[in-house]
Amino acid sequence: MTELDRKDLLGLEGMSAEEIELFLDTTASFKEISERTVKKVPALRGKTIVNLFFEPSTRTRASFELAEKRLSADAVNISKSTSSVVKGESLRDTAENLQAMKIDVIVIRHAASGAPHFLASLLDASVVNAGDGAHEHPTQGLLDIFTLRENLGDLSGRKIVIVGDIAHSRVARSNIFGLVTLGADVTVCGPPTMMPVGIEKLGVTIERNLLRAVEDADAVNLMRIQLERQKVSLFPTLAEYASVYGMNRETLRHMKPECLVMHPGPMNRGVEISQEVADSDRAVILEQVTNGVAVRMATLYLICGGAQREKVLTDEEEVEAPPANREAV
Amino acid sequence: MTPRKESMKDLASWENEKDYVIANVTVVDPSNNRIHDGYHVGIKEGRIAFVEPGKPQVASMSVFDGGGLHIAPGFVDIHVHLREPGQEYKETILTGTRAAVAGGFTSVACMPNTDPVADENSIVEFIIKKAKIAGFAKVYPIAAATVGSKGEKLTEFASLVEAGAVAVSDDGHPVASAQMVRRVLEYASNYNIPFIEHCEDMSASANGVMNEGFTSTRLGLTGIPGYSEQICLARDLLVLQSVEVPFHAAHMSTKGSVELIREAKRRGLPVTAETAPHYLAFDDTDLGTYDTNLKINPPIRGVEDREALIEGLIDGTIDCIVSDHAPHAAHEKQVEFENAPNGAIGLETTFSVVMTHLVKPGHMAIADALSLITNKPAKVLNLPAGGIQPGDAADLTLFDPKEEWVVGKDDFHSKSHNSPFIGQTLNGRVKHTIVDGSVVTATLMHV
Repeated sequence: MTELDRKDLLGLEGMSAEEIELFLDTTASFKEISERTVKKVPALRGKTIVNLFFEPSTRTRASFELAEKRLSADAVNISKSTSSVVKGESLRDTAENLQAMKIDVIVIRHAASGAPHFLASLLDASVVNAGDGAHEHPTQGLLDIFTLRENLGDLSGRKIVIVGDIAHSRVARSNIFGLVTLGADVTVCGPPTMMPVGIEKLGVTIERNLLRAVEDADAVNLMRIQLERQKVSLFPTLAEYASVYGMNRETLRHMKPECLVMHPGPMNRGVEISQEVADSDRAVILEQVTNGVAVRMATLYLICGGAQREKVLTDEEEVEAPPANREAV
Repeated sequence: MTPRKESMKDLASWENEKDYVIANVTVVDPSNNRIHDGYHVGIKEGRIAFVEPGKPQVASMSVFDGGGLHIAPGFVDIHVHLREPGQEYKETILTGTRAAVAGGFTSVACMPNTDPVADENSIVEFIIKKAKIAGFAKVYPIAAATVGSKGEKLTEFASLVEAGAVAVSDDGHPVASAQMVRRVLEYASNYNIPFIEHCEDMSASANGVMNEGFTSTRLGLTGIPGYSEQICLARDLLVLQSVEVPFHAAHMSTKGSVELIREAKRRGLPVTAETAPHYLAFDDTDLGTYDTNLKINPPIRGVEDREALIEGLIDGTIDCIVSDHAPHAAHEKQVEFENAPNGAIGLETTFSVVMTHLVKPGHMAIADALSLITNKPAKVLNLPAGGIQPGDAADLTLFDPKEEWVVGKDDFHSKSHNSPFIGQTLNGRVKHTIVDGSVVTATLMHV
């Protein structure tokens, strides 16, 4: 597989192993660009990308913007507070107005699950999901999987543990969908109040005890306790959560010495992860962030036509053909 | 099929004939569980004059050709939202009753969650007056049980009933306190009207937007557990044990509720219940595309629930099917799933869904299935409807039980088009609808 057969990237659910590997392999070839003195290639020259962020974000937004700039795309950033949404404009109108300005891609972060799917059904422009509600965060899933693969090689049969608020976590879902497809052995761990109904049907093992969960694990991915998302009490106190599900020096002793510690950020130090663990050599948290830029470069490149476009770039005389295989899936 | 004679006219060309005969029809009589082939039906002064076998022998009356269609009592829907007064951009009494007759419904009972809420006699009178002017389906208002449907203070049942209200309900919301449920039931007993409850424990539903289950987990949407409905229903049934007054459970959606009602009926409690077509046609796995036309409250449930509801209809636990016709403007539904209002239109598809999902798979015979949208709902609210005997009002629906049709997105008479059935192929189609002897579908095109 060398090119992508989809208009949008909405989630990792339903994506084939081959397709996920296309993203990972493309990421590997883009990663090196960010190591150069001149961190820029002309791959997406002339493409216009809008970053439409309806929720606060540091990492994801900066990561997408840097990816766009390093690929020479023209990027526009819109956040909820500075948009006409505060004047009551609907998501549909906001998106259709942006599309009328002839843009190629909308990168959307939204608090409502399914918001990117709604836009994808309305727009001819490509839609990249940068996190929708508690549903999916596919580029985060891909960068986590890329980081795992860089460190562990083939993921089939590897034990990956996801700890924390699975019910409200889009990162957990994208990781589960992607990792299960690649044949990893996924365990989820957290308080029963944070386990969504029927999660085991996604092909994961549930383990409520953290120490048992991390035993034999090749990597542990800690989900953030999303204080802003909890409308009802899911655990008594942060202190109790930290003592039962927080990862600390003691937990490390129960893990294989080479077991990786991951976190999608932003971290609540002292809650789901202790200072020593976050700063230990087991932690690949900043590697994840570095890989995030490469994953987003690969995503935008593939979504914009990938190999198709490169062919056009090498032949200056050729009139740019519309990218093939752009039917909605 | 009898060849069409020169003297027989097409029902679509009906023009104010008062006394006439519809020949060449198959009569479906749900009350008596009978079907008669090759009958004719005589109508005089808005009432059924005779229902007889063979060809008509009456020389003095115009004869219309029924074309071999089935003729049944006009359909009865005891749970619709007509949105007037207050939300005329979604639906009006005129457009809602046009949709009703287009779907074969000649009598509808409308819920009080208008703006303002139908909690006083002037609003009930207004609805009745508007329906008379519209001249399509007969409209029976259901009044609010509590002022503003807030669950705090009883409405004036005496004057509401005098104005024409046929039941009380705070539909859209449950009556939150058990004490108020008891007061509503006790007070309603004075007027011989049922209380219709929207069974939902709001603390259990919390901020849920779809059925809780594997699909809500997959989609990252907050779930509404089935017990949200059952907690409220069970509580009301317990209250009902001490106050034996007709109690009707609206839009039942779960297996657990079917079991609770079955048990309550076995113990002889005066309970009746309804479900809606979307709970029979869909299950929560159909929400995978975040289609807001499937965002309904109570939510579309799981496969097991759907099967239990069909079982409940077959064994009589569930008394009737209602459309829960809930029009919403396109711009209100074209939003993020969790921000979309609940509800779907249904008046124009309910009959065909009943045919497609109950009759076609062989769950029920046609007369049994039609009793769920004729005599049985009429009985729940004591409406003068649902019969096809001489002397009954000439409210009749003619339909082709076999015709297949695809639901088109702009094919609705309703002002709103929020139907989850758009694009689906359904079986059975309404051809003509008659109200008090007037072929109202013949006049639909001229409005």
